[in-house]
Amino acid sequence: MPDAATLERLVGALKASDAESVIDTVETPGRVAIEVKPESIVGSLEVLRAAGYEFLASVHGVDYYPNEPRLGVDYELLSREACDRIALTLRVSTEDPHLPSVTPSWPCANNQEREAFDMFGLIFDGHPDLRRILMPEDYEGHPQRRDFPIGGEPVLFTHNEHSVPRWFE
Amino acid sequence: MSTVDPAARELSAYRKMEESITISETTEFEGDRELLTLNLGPHHPATHGVLRLLVTLDGEVIRRLQPIYGYLHTGIEKTAEQKSYWKAIPVVERMDYVSYYFNAMAYCGAVETLLEVEIPKRAQYLRVIHMELNRIMSHLVFLGTSALDLGAISVWWYCFRERETLLDLFEMSSGQRMHTRYFQIGGVIEDIPDGWIEQVRKFCAIMPERADIYGDLLNKNEIFLQRQRDVCPLPVEKLREYGVTGPLLRAAGDPWDLRKTMPYSSYEEFDFQIPVGTKGDNYDRFQVRLAEVKESIKIIVQALDNLPDGPTITDDRKIALPPRHELATSMEALIHHFKLVTEGMRVPAGEAYYPIEGARGELGCFVRSDGSSKPARVHMRDPSIVNMQAAPAATEGWLIADMLATVAMFDPIIGGIDR
Repeated sequence: MPDAATLERLVGALKASDAESVIDTVETPGRVAIEVKPESIVGSLEVLRAAGYEFLASVHGVDYYPNEPRLGVDYELLSREACDRIALTLRVSTEDPHLPSVTPSWPCANNQEREAFDMFGLIFDGHPDLRRILMPEDYEGHPQRRDFPIGGEPVLFTHNEHSVPRWFE
Repeated sequence: MSTVDPAARELSAYRKMEESITISETTEFEGDRELLTLNLGPHHPATHGVLRLLVTLDGEVIRRLQPIYGYLHTGIEKTAEQKSYWKAIPVVERMDYVSYYFNAMAYCGAVETLLEVEIPKRAQYLRVIHMELNRIMSHLVFLGTSALDLGAISVWWYCFRERETLLDLFEMSSGQRMHTRYFQIGGVIEDIPDGWIEQVRKFCAIMPERADIYGDLLNKNEIFLQRQRDVCPLPVEKLREYGVTGPLLRAAGDPWDLRKTMPYSSYEEFDFQIPVGTKGDNYDRFQVRLAEVKESIKIIVQALDNLPDGPTITDDRKIALPPRHELATSMEALIHHFKLVTEGMRVPAGEAYYPIEGARGELGCFVRSDGSSKPARVHMRDPSIVNMQAAPAATEGWLIADMLATVAMFDPIIGGIDR
């Protein structure tokens, strides 16, 4: 994690590019996360890339149920020169889960954004190929959301497949 | 039996789309050449588990490669949210099923970061020894199965012979051959048994020579060399763009290894080198892993030589179970034991991302705690799913036989991709 001076410099650079972008800075043991507005995520990542954080290690969704806005996306960045990590986070609501895709500028986010879409229903505008990646194409719902029931789906075997009409669809 | 008339039911949007596809519409042309779209897998012996590949071919040349995942999706991340912290370790271990010690390390490390707990030195060393043994085991599985994909069956038997020795060592230290649950939050579950160190030393004495033998077996094989040398190379810039880490990145000449650059679990105390390739072709990918086996042996020998004495798990009673003998005499120990087993430990609210150098690259575990005794989110940044993004770029324009060799060299583990 960056030290206090570096963090201040990074937050300053983020604010310089877009004054409204930074919402909060969260420090937990071993990790610093800067929360930004969803609209400014692409620009904020570019600012951090210019500051040396050139490797986008992980993009993943989080569900903060029951807090609002519920859904979050974390971008874990790594600076290879400074051997240092920092995270950008953002929050969107379940009613309007749209946020800009970073795949055009960071091709490594492709599969991970698809997974976040699949599991949380986050819609990455501008993603070149936003399809489900792990669940079947015709699956309904987003199973990693906290209010998605466990075991809500009947397991079909040959002996009970007739109980669900046209289960094969 | 159902009474619903099947024909009367409305088709789902996806089935409608599927039914509307006809063969004539999917034929593609490039000039006057017709392209063939071929499905490979998910059940195919050359695709390493249930990886499905859609390849668009011009003759035998690949024009487009599209990996399709999800055939091994088991919802482990969702399952982990329903378990208390210490009960989530066994499910997390089953993600990437040939590198279970790494999965456990990433998860335990993330939880330990949230708990801010100090790990005893002996436990850190035991973790390093087990992780390096696991790295050798994983690379042996890679070597055996990928050589098998290229038609060299004998290497597979030799590699799995050594793997068997490793699994016996795991069984001796933890009672399990795979998915050992040896790493705990706060340390390791118990000290190694008598005689284990001697067995590991015996293995370390023979393994470097065996690695040379396997190298020779393949390096002197004309067919193997022709199918590996200068096949499907990718430059460092391209690999970084796709987020590739681990042996694949090092094969292209980028010496990035988290064990050296951002050490965890006392890796800074060991003397070892990072093997790198020069061209980034399939041959380098194979050679880098073979060289890593020998470096891992070096680390294990150093760790055995300098193995410190002391406890193997933290003495924080809120995190680790009290020793068995205390239960008979101490009321407090009994209460702690009861609380830990029934409810589990409570972890302060917060988020942690703990990256380690797994056998295939950066294996990061993200854990979010809401202050309760169950994790609110567990996510594994598995190297396989990220590394596979580079596979289309590496194979397009090459022959289908080269693509199979390259997928083998990428060494994706579908359990890690699908989780």
